[in-house]
Amino acid sequence: MDITSATTAGSPAPPGKQRSSAATRPGDRIFLALSRGSGLLLLVIMAAIAVFLTVRATNALSHNEGSFFTTFEWNANATPPVFGIAVLAFGTIVSSLIAMLIAVPVAIGVALFISHYAPRRLATPLAYVIDLLAAVPSIVYGLWGALFLVPHLGGLYSWMNDYLGWTGIFEYNDGAARSLFTIGILLAIMILPIVTSVSREVFLQAPKMHEEAALALGATRWEVIRMAVLPFGRSGVISASMLGLGRALGETMAVATVLSPSFIIGTSLLDPGGGTFAQNIASSFKESGEIGKDALIASGLVLFVLTLLVNGAARMIIARRKEYSE
Amino acid sequence: MKLQRKNRLRAVALGAIAVSGALVLTACGSDDNSGGGSTGGGSTKAAGDIKCEGKGQLLASGSSAQKNAMDLWVKNFTAACKDIQINYKPTGSGAGIQEFLQGKTAFAGSDSALKPEEVTKSKEVVKGGQGINLPLLGGPIAIGYKVPGVDNLVLDADTLAKIFDSKIEKWNDEAIKKLNPDAKLPDLKIQAFHRSDESGTTDNFTKYLKAAADKSWPYEAGKAWKAKGGQAADGSAGVSSQVKQTDGAISYFELSYATANSIKTVKLNTGASAPVEATSDNASKAIAEAKIAGTGKDLALKLNYTTKAEGAYPITLVTYEIVGDKGNKAETLPAVKSFLTYIASTDGQSVLKDMGYAPLPAEIATKVRETVASLS
Repeated sequence: MDITSATTAGSPAPPGKQRSSAATRPGDRIFLALSRGSGLLLLVIMAAIAVFLTVRATNALSHNEGSFFTTFEWNANATPPVFGIAVLAFGTIVSSLIAMLIAVPVAIGVALFISHYAPRRLATPLAYVIDLLAAVPSIVYGLWGALFLVPHLGGLYSWMNDYLGWTGIFEYNDGAARSLFTIGILLAIMILPIVTSVSREVFLQAPKMHEEAALALGATRWEVIRMAVLPFGRSGVISASMLGLGRALGETMAVATVLSPSFIIGTSLLDPGGGTFAQNIASSFKESGEIGKDALIASGLVLFVLTLLVNGAARMIIARRKEYSE
Repeated sequence: MKLQRKNRLRAVALGAIAVSGALVLTACGSDDNSGGGSTGGGSTKAAGDIKCEGKGQLLASGSSAQKNAMDLWVKNFTAACKDIQINYKPTGSGAGIQEFLQGKTAFAGSDSALKPEEVTKSKEVVKGGQGINLPLLGGPIAIGYKVPGVDNLVLDADTLAKIFDSKIEKWNDEAIKKLNPDAKLPDLKIQAFHRSDESGTTDNFTKYLKAAADKSWPYEAGKAWKAKGGQAADGSAGVSSQVKQTDGAISYFELSYATANSIKTVKLNTGASAPVEATSDNASKAIAEAKIAGTGKDLALKLNYTTKAEGAYPITLVTYEIVGDKGNKAETLPAVKSFLTYIASTDGQSVLKDMGYAPLPAEIATKVRETVASLS
C-alpha cells in the first residue's frame, strides 16, 4: 500500500490530470488553494532569506581587504576589515564528513537491527531511545563533549597517533582533544537519530514478498537483507544521510562549546584548531560591529549555498538510483 | 486502572513542578543573598554621595567586563534614587558602541576608546557635540596557569610573548628556568589558551605584549587574536575553565575569574625590584601612570605598559563609559549625570575593590567628575 502511493507520488503526470478534473468540489478547491498557498509561501520565505543574506553580504564584501575565499583570517571588525572563509569551509566540510563516515554505518546497523534482527520487545524501546537522542538540546551535547568526551579522548588519540600517525592526518601532540575529529565524533552522535529512524522506516517498508521469496530460495537472513532490503532502501538511506549531513553542517552550539577555534588549516585532524561557519557566527556575533555582522552574514550565505548544493547533489544521486527502489 | 495511572502521572507532574519551582526560587534567592551581602555595606556607605536628579528610565549597553560592577552600581544607585531606573545590557563593547551611535542608549560601556570614525559618526547623534570616553573602571588582567608542582611562577613580558606565540613550548624551557631558579619546572607541554571571540581583554593584553615585548610579539594589537598556534575558548569563563582542567595550561582573564576558580596567577617581572602580583591595588598603581590621550573633554587613557614603578601591575584593562560632551538628550541628561557622578565618586569606586576591579587613581577620578559635571 505504502509502496504504491510512493511510486505514484514519484511520477506525478497521470494523477495530476485526475486531480485537476477532480478539483471541482468546494472542499477540494479549498484544500488545493491552501496547499498551493503554503507551497508558494515557502518559496517566498526562502527567497526573502536569500535576498536578505545577499544584500547584507554585499555590503561586507565591498569593504573586505582580504580575499573572501582564500584568506586564512577573520578580522571583520578591524579597520580595514580582513576576512576569508577558507578555514571555515574546510572545517565545516571535514567535520561533517567525519561525522557521516562514523554515523551512517552505525545508523544503518542500528536500523537493520531494529527492523530485522531484534526481538520486538527490545526493538521498540531501542527505537524510542534512539529517537530520544534527537530531543537532547545541542548545548547539552556541547557540555557533555567539553566536560566528558574531550578529557577521555586523549588515550584514543595517542593510540591513533602510534598506529596511524605516519599518515600525517592522525598526528597528535598531547593537547586537549578539542579538534575537528572530536567535533566529528560529537556530530556523529547528534545525527545518528535522524539517519537511523528514516533508514529504519525505509527498511521496514521493504516488500515482504521479496523477503519471503528470498527466504524460500534458501537465503540466510543476511542474504535476504543484502538482496532484498538494502537495494530497496538505498535511496532512502541516502536521503536520510543527507538530512543528517544538513544537521551536521549547520550545528552551532555543540561545536562552539567543544572546538578550539583558530584560523589555521592544520594537516592533522587531531590537533586543536579549525572552525565551522555556524560556530564562527555564534562566537563572533557578540562583539561584532556593523561590518562584522555583515561579514558573518556573508559567511552564512556561503553555508546556505553549501547546504543547497549538498541537497541538490543528494537529489541527483537519488534520481539516478531510482531503478533500485522500483 | 487507567484513571489511576493518570492520577499518578498528574501527581508526579505536580511534584516535578513543585521541585523545579522550588529550585528556581532558591536559585533566585541565593543570587539575591550573595548580591545583597556585598551591596549592603556599599549602599549605606554610598548613600551620602548620591544626588538624585532627573527621573525615568536610562538605557545603556556595552562591555560585558563591566557587568558585575554595573550591577552593583545600579543596585546602590537605584536604592537611593527610586525615580530612576537603569537598564544596562552587557551586550559587548562593539554592540554597545553601535547602539549608542544609533541613538538608542544614553551611554555605552566599552573596553576600548572610540575610534576616529566612530567619533565622526557620534556627531550625528549628539547634536553639536561628539562622543567622549570617560574611564570609570580599571582592572588587572591576570595570567592564570596550571602547572603541577609549581605554586609561584614569575614571568616577564618577553617570555609571555614567546609562550603565547608558541615559541616557548615546554614548561622547563631555559627562559622560564632563568626567571624561576627555585621552582621545579616539569617537562610538560605548554598549552596557551586565548579567546576565540573578539574581546577587550585580548585587545588590552596584546597591547601590553606589543608595547612591552616588541621584539617577541610581531603582531598588531586588536580584539581578535592574531598569533598562530595555541588553543582557543569562548569568553573569560571559557578560557579560565580550560586552565582549571588542563595540565600545563596558561591563559589571560580578569582577576575575578582567577579568584572564583582558585587559579594561580603569574607574578610579573617588570624590572621593579620585586615581581608584581596581579591585585586590584597593584593595577591601580599602574593606572596612575597612565596619561590622558584624549583631547578636550575626552579622557581616553594611554596606559604605560612598560612601567617599572614598584608594585605596579602593568597588564591592566581600563573600560570607559561613552557619552556625548554636548547635545545629550535633555530627558535623560540629569539622570546620566547623577549616575556617572556617583560611579566616579570615591564611594562608587571603593566598592569595586572586593570584586577584583581596580578603583581609579584619585587624580583621574577627579578629572572624570569635573567632566561629568560639565556634560550638557
